[in-house]
Amino acid sequence: MFPKGTKRKFSDSGEEPVSGGDQGPAAPSAAARTLSSSYSLQRQSLLDMSLIKLQLCHMLVEPNLCRSVLIANTVRQIQEEMTQDGTWQIMTQALAAAQCPADRLVATEVLCRQTDAAAQAGQSPKPFSVVGLEEGYHSEEVVMEGDVETEVTMSTLSPVSPQLSSASYLAGPFGMGPCWEEEEEEDGECEEDEEEDSEECVSEGEEAERDHLSADSRTGEQVFGTFEIKHPAPPPDPALEELFSDVDPSYYDLDTVLTGMQSTPKMGPYDLLESLSSHGPTALSSSSSCRSDLNELDHIMEIIVGS
Amino acid sequence: SDFCLFPADIISTVEFNYSGELLATGDKGGRVVIFQHEQESKNRPHLRGEYNVYSTFQSHEPEFDYLKSLEIEEKINKIRWLPQQNAAHFLLSTNDKTIKLWKISERDKRAEGYNLKDEDGRLRDPFRITSLRVPVLMPMDLMVEASPRRIFANAHTYHINSISVNSDHETYLSADDLRINLWHLEITDRSFNIVDIKPANMEELTEVITAAECHPHQCNVFVYSSSKGTIRLCDMRAAALCDRHSKFFEEPEDPSSRSFFSEIISSISDVKFSHSGRYMMTRDYLSVKVWDLNMENRPVETYQVHEYLRSKLCSLYENDCIFDKFECYSYWFFAIMTGSYNNFFRMFDRNTRRDITLEASRESSKPRATLKPRKVSTGGKRKKDEISVDSLDFNKKILHTAWHPKDNVIAVAATNNLYIFQDKIN
Repeated sequence: MFPKGTKRKFSDSGEEPVSGGDQGPAAPSAAARTLSSSYSLQRQSLLDMSLIKLQLCHMLVEPNLCRSVLIANTVRQIQEEMTQDGTWQIMTQALAAAQCPADRLVATEVLCRQTDAAAQAGQSPKPFSVVGLEEGYHSEEVVMEGDVETEVTMSTLSPVSPQLSSASYLAGPFGMGPCWEEEEEEDGECEEDEEEDSEECVSEGEEAERDHLSADSRTGEQVFGTFEIKHPAPPPDPALEELFSDVDPSYYDLDTVLTGMQSTPKMGPYDLLESLSSHGPTALSSSSSCRSDLNELDHIMEIIVGS
Repeated sequence: SDFCLFPADIISTVEFNYSGELLATGDKGGRVVIFQHEQESKNRPHLRGEYNVYSTFQSHEPEFDYLKSLEIEEKINKIRWLPQQNAAHFLLSTNDKTIKLWKISERDKRAEGYNLKDEDGRLRDPFRITSLRVPVLMPMDLMVEASPRRIFANAHTYHINSISVNSDHETYLSADDLRINLWHLEITDRSFNIVDIKPANMEELTEVITAAECHPHQCNVFVYSSSKGTIRLCDMRAAALCDRHSKFFEEPEDPSSRSFFSEIISSISDVKFSHSGRYMMTRDYLSVKVWDLNMENRPVETYQVHEYLRSKLCSLYENDCIFDKFECYSYWFFAIMTGSYNNFFRMFDRNTRRDITLEASRESSKPRATLKPRKVSTGGKRKKDEISVDSLDFNKKILHTAWHPKDNVIAVAATNNLYIFQDKIN
C-alpha cells in the first residue's frame, strides 16, 4: 500500500533525511523512519476509529456480526502492517510502560503462561484478535454449555472497564472473555508486554472449560468486547511522545468517546488516507454529507445515561 | 438530510410474487403490507397498472431473549413468495431469528340463514325453531385474511440474512451469519444444517455468510456468498453437511487498488441466480458482477454502480455507510437494477451496455411523470443538472428494489416510501 522506497514528501515530519541515493528499499529498522508520519497518523486514526467501532458494537442491542468481523479484519490488517513497520512494537511498549501494574486484572497464572509462550513464539506479536473483555463477564453465574450465550449487559460496563488494563489494546482472542473472570490482583511477578497478552487467554488447560462456555456465544457481542484503550500516561520518550502527540488522549476515554462521536470528527486526515489508499489525489470531501446517523447514537446515549 | 419520523415504517424488504400480481413489503416494525395490481377496467382506465393495498398484517413482534439479555428485532429481513397452488397465497417472512409461513386468503362470501343462531350470532332457543332452512352464501365486502400457518423457530443462533424457496416447492433454506439450514415447509420442529462455517475457536472467525439462494431448477444446488467477496456453490447430493463446496467463485484482487477497505467493499451483500440458472449476479459495495457458473476465476461482467465513492471510502467507513447492504435484481437477465445513495437507483442494460441513474423521490417524480435521468459529477466541472458527490445524501439509501417477473414494472423502497415505476406504453 505504501511501497518501500517511495520518495518522501518534503512536508513529512522532521526526521533525519536519508542521504543521497538512498532511494532504494529501506532496511526494516529504517522503514519506520522513511514512512510518512502523516500516513502513519492516518493509519493510527483508522485503527482508533475501528477499535471504537468495536467498542460501540457492544452497546448495540444485537451487534451485527458481519460488520464486527469486517472491522476486526481491518484492525488486523493495520496491525500487520504496523508490525512490519516496527511501529507496532513501539506503541505497545509505550502502553506497557505507561500502565500501572496494580491495575492489571489478569490471572497470575495466565501471565506466567505468557512467559513461556512468548519465549517460544519469539518477537512477533500474535495477530490481532478481538477479545471479549467484558464488561462484567458474569459468565460464572451462567454455567451452561453448548449454544447458550452468557450475559453481557451494558450496566456493568462502567464499573469494570476502568479497571481493565491497557493490555486490552491488543486484547485476546475472539470470545475469550472468560479469561478475564479471574480478576485476581497480579503479584507483579510476571510483567509482560501487552502484545503478548494476546496469547494469554488462549484456550488451554483450565481455560478450556470456560472456552466451552463462550464457544457458541453470541460472538459478535462477546467477541468484540470493550476495548479499554488505556489513557496513556505521559511517555518519557520524546519519540513516543511524537507518536501520540496528535492523538487526543481523551479519545480513549469511553465517555468522551461516546460524546465525542456525536460531534464531527476531524475529516481532514482521513482524506489523505483515502487518497493514499485509492487511485490518487482527489478532491477533499466535506463531512456534511457523511454525518453519522445520530438516531443510533442517541439511542446509545439513552442506554448509557439510562434516561 | 432526511430523518424518518417513524423508524418502524422503514421498508426492509420488497418482493413481487410469481405472477407479479402481488407485491409484498416488510418493514422495520415487523409489518407486512401486500399491494395488488388493479385489474384493468374499461370503466376506469386510469387505474390500469396501479398497485393498491391488499392486505396488512403484523408478521413479527419484538421479542426479548432473557438468556442473553438481548432484544430480538421484529424487522422483516426477507420475504419470499411460494408458487401459487390454489386460491390462497403463501409467503415466507423472516426476522433475525424466526421464519413464518403466512397464508393470505380472500373471503368474499358469508353464509347466512343458519338455523341454530341468528344473524348476530346469538344462539336461538331450539324450541322456538319451527322450520328448517338451508344457509345460503351471500356476497360480502372482500376481506383479506392473513394467518400464520407455520412458525420455524429456534434454529438460528445468528442473524438470518436470507431465505430461499427451493425449486421442488417443498423445501427452503435459511441462512444466518455462520450457518445455513434446510427446512421442509410442512415440518417446523426440525431442520437440517447444511452449511456451518463457525470455527471451533471463535477467535479464528474472519468470514461470515452474507447471502444464500437456491438454484432455480436444480433442487440440490445452492450458492452462498461471504464477507470476503467469495461465492460457494454447493451440491446437497455430495454430503449431508456441505462444508466443502463444489465450486468456488472469487475474482482475484487488483493489487494496485488495494487498501485497508478492500475487503469490506468486496463483501457481497446479495446474490441472485438468473432465470436460466446458468448465471448469477452478485452485489458488492461498489459494483454488480455477473458470473457464469462455468467460470470460477472471475466474473464475466462487472457494472460500476457508484465508482465515485471509491475515493470516499474512509468517510463512508466512519459513518458506517460502507456496511450498507444493497440488493440487486434482474429482469430476465436482460437488465439489472440496484440501488445507491441520494435515493438514486441504477439500471444496466446487459445487451446495449447502457446504464441509467434515476431518482426515487417525491420532488423528482410526480405521478405519471417520466423520470429524468440523473448524473453525478465526478470531479472537475459540474454541469447543470448534475449533482456533485459531496452533495449526495447518504441517509437516503435505496437498499431494496424488485422487478416485476413479467412486465416492466419496478418497485423501489426509499426509506419509508415505496415507489412503483413502470414503462410507459404508447
